[in-house]
Amino acid sequence: MDLSLFLDSLGPIALGAITGTIPLALVSFAFGLVLAVVVALARMSPSRWLRWPARAFISVIRGTPLLVQLFVIFYGLPNLGWTLDAWPSAVIAFTLNVGGYGAETIRAAILSVPRGQWEAAFMIGLGRRQTLTRVILPQAARVSVPPLSNTFISLVKDTSLASMIMVTELFREAQKIAAFTQEFLALYIEAALVYWLICLVLSAAQSRIETRLERHVA
Amino acid sequence: MSLKTTPAVRLEGVRLSFGPTPVLDGVSLTVAEGEVLVLLGASGSGKTTLLRVLAGLEWPSAGRIRIEDVEVDAATTPPRRGRDALRSRTAMVFQQHNLFPHRTVLGNVIEGPVSVQRRSRADAEQEARRLLDRVGLGERADAYPAELSGGQQQRVGIVRALALHPRVLLFDEPTSSLDPELVGEVLTVMSELAAEGWTMIVVTHELGFARAVADSIAFLDGGTIVEHAPSADFFAAPRTDRARRFLARLDGGFHP
Repeated sequence: MDLSLFLDSLGPIALGAITGTIPLALVSFAFGLVLAVVVALARMSPSRWLRWPARAFISVIRGTPLLVQLFVIFYGLPNLGWTLDAWPSAVIAFTLNVGGYGAETIRAAILSVPRGQWEAAFMIGLGRRQTLTRVILPQAARVSVPPLSNTFISLVKDTSLASMIMVTELFREAQKIAAFTQEFLALYIEAALVYWLICLVLSAAQSRIETRLERHVA
Repeated sequence: MSLKTTPAVRLEGVRLSFGPTPVLDGVSLTVAEGEVLVLLGASGSGKTTLLRVLAGLEWPSAGRIRIEDVEVDAATTPPRRGRDALRSRTAMVFQQHNLFPHRTVLGNVIEGPVSVQRRSRADAEQEARRLLDRVGLGERADAYPAELSGGQQQRVGIVRALALHPRVLLFDEPTSSLDPELVGEVLTVMSELAAEGWTMIVVTHELGFARAVADSIAFLDGGTIVEHAPSADFFAAPRTDRARRFLARLDGGFHP
């Protein structure tokens, strides 16, 4: 492999990661987490009018390919007169995706908090909302870090699908250079290495967060 | 002994079923202000459920309950409001302490006073430290529950209940998940509270504590109170066979 090609293409690819892949993943994950908590709570609600839409949403998100969801939003919605730019389309698709998968993770984490914690919160007089925010969710957060890290790492790699709707990001930069130089193997391996590097950093961050949250647990 | 006559708690015909089996089958009972009542009975007799009804954790299917100035009726009070009303007059010490693991000892104690009762943090902390001092845990205010022994955790559980300023203290087998050598420190704190005049309802298998500290005993079997007597009378001469057999089993220990 030609080292100078590798080095010359590293700039654009890294730029694609910094301006495309990373912010796309971060923004979608942040929105997606909020959505996931809302959907998880709706899914656990005593009211079926909340439970059913939540179940349906989770089922659709998990049961259809992310690429198809992305195409429906970017290429499909214009038929209804709703034309979105590539970036917002990608953010919406990835947010919905994290929301669907994350909801089940968060639901499981909430269910893992012992019943006695709910009872103690009731005993001291906390309402449902305070019980969730002050007692249950902080404990559920600890349990959900490993599976949510998985979701985030998957999301980072899935953002490569945004290249299919012409979002400028890591993989799209690699594709452009590969098409121009015909060095497909070199460029795609290089792209893979950069994804891998990002995920290594994320794994390290995950370990640190886990250690922090495990501090006070016997 | 002072004359204890003002009723703090009154139950009339309290019933509760889980599925087809009645767990409480018409319980009527009064507890005077400052009285220490110990609930005895085999497992499944309904004593813990009775305590949980008083704490507002379970809602009965029938019956009336009055705790000081609060009165609820299973037939007419909306369950949510009723449970909240009972909860506001009682505080529970749980078998498994149920402390919040992500909060310090101090954080556990002030959570109710600050987040619910809207007292100032400084005020709540001052009282919490004073109460922790009293149970010998003044030095551990900044520790996390996992760093404490079982007996210390349970004493924090008691302080958390006291900080709520309840009218009635409820204890659900507070020593049964403790190692034997840690039971004493918890029972000592409970005896001190009894001597201070707290109204207490205690589910326990510690007969020594019941004999020494309780004013009266209610013996439950099959969801009803089969015997309710002053503690001295109950232990000297239980009137029912079931109570006699229960005491013989508990007192006698292991008889192959």
